[in-house]
Amino acid sequence: MDADMTTAPRRRITGIARVLIVVYGVMALAATGRSFVQIVGEFDQAPLAYSLSAASALVYILATLALIFSRSAVWYVIAWVAVLFELAGVLVIGTLSIVLPDLFQHPTVWSLYGNGYLFVPLVLPVFGLWWLWRNRSGGSADDTADTEAEVAGSTW
Amino acid sequence: MILWFTLTQVVVAAAAGVLCIVLGLAGRRPSDLTVGALALIEVLLIAQVVMGIVAPMLGNSPSGNPLEWWVYLIGALLVPPAAVAWALLERSRWSTVVLGVGALAVAVMVWRMEVIWTVQLA
Repeated sequence: MDADMTTAPRRRITGIARVLIVVYGVMALAATGRSFVQIVGEFDQAPLAYSLSAASALVYILATLALIFSRSAVWYVIAWVAVLFELAGVLVIGTLSIVLPDLFQHPTVWSLYGNGYLFVPLVLPVFGLWWLWRNRSGGSADDTADTEAEVAGSTW
Repeated sequence: MILWFTLTQVVVAAAAGVLCIVLGLAGRRPSDLTVGALALIEVLLIAQVVMGIVAPMLGNSPSGNPLEWWVYLIGALLVPPAAVAWALLERSRWSTVVLGVGALAVAVMVWRMEVIWTVQLA
């Protein structure tokens, strides 16, 4: 992995991956802000839902970092775990919030499959997994080509 | 909050977001125009901070949770500098798209702040 980094630096972070990272970053910000407010303001009202909010916020932060550093083998594995955790979270909590609404009167990022966040929490892990799968063997050839085309076609 | 100022922020941020994403997908790198659009959003947000402090003193208090409102505003304040920092570090067309995503996020957050300030469903 180290040799790969010196010959082809940062080639895993290309194109759509950057947008993916930014959307993860925004979700991390949103989830962190929401859980901060919930825990500081009214934690005793719904400890379960608010603990889940905090957990989802931490996983979004972790996933964002893992995607940024996914060139490293360790972070690449962490990215898989974090993104899978999120997909499981949104599916399980989304389903529970419909089946057992009493448990989730207070919203979390994942309630109703993330409808309060334009379903971004539901779509994002799928994109994340797709991207991780596509980049499983390290920097791929078309990524390099993409960058060279970008440099050549630059107008600024 | 003051509705017309909120709408100004939302329209500016949404327009900047669409502009940056279109230019980015068209292959443009971050330019004075796109980085400047994010700078404008940040200036409006800083004005919103001042208004958020002054308005309650003048009798225009939030009907919702002030803590939640401030967390949104501080979160929104962090977005344009982060997006611009990315654009300066890596000047590819995707950085222009990143600027656009950041701008759209601010538009959503400012609208959410207006809702927290004025509309209470419970």
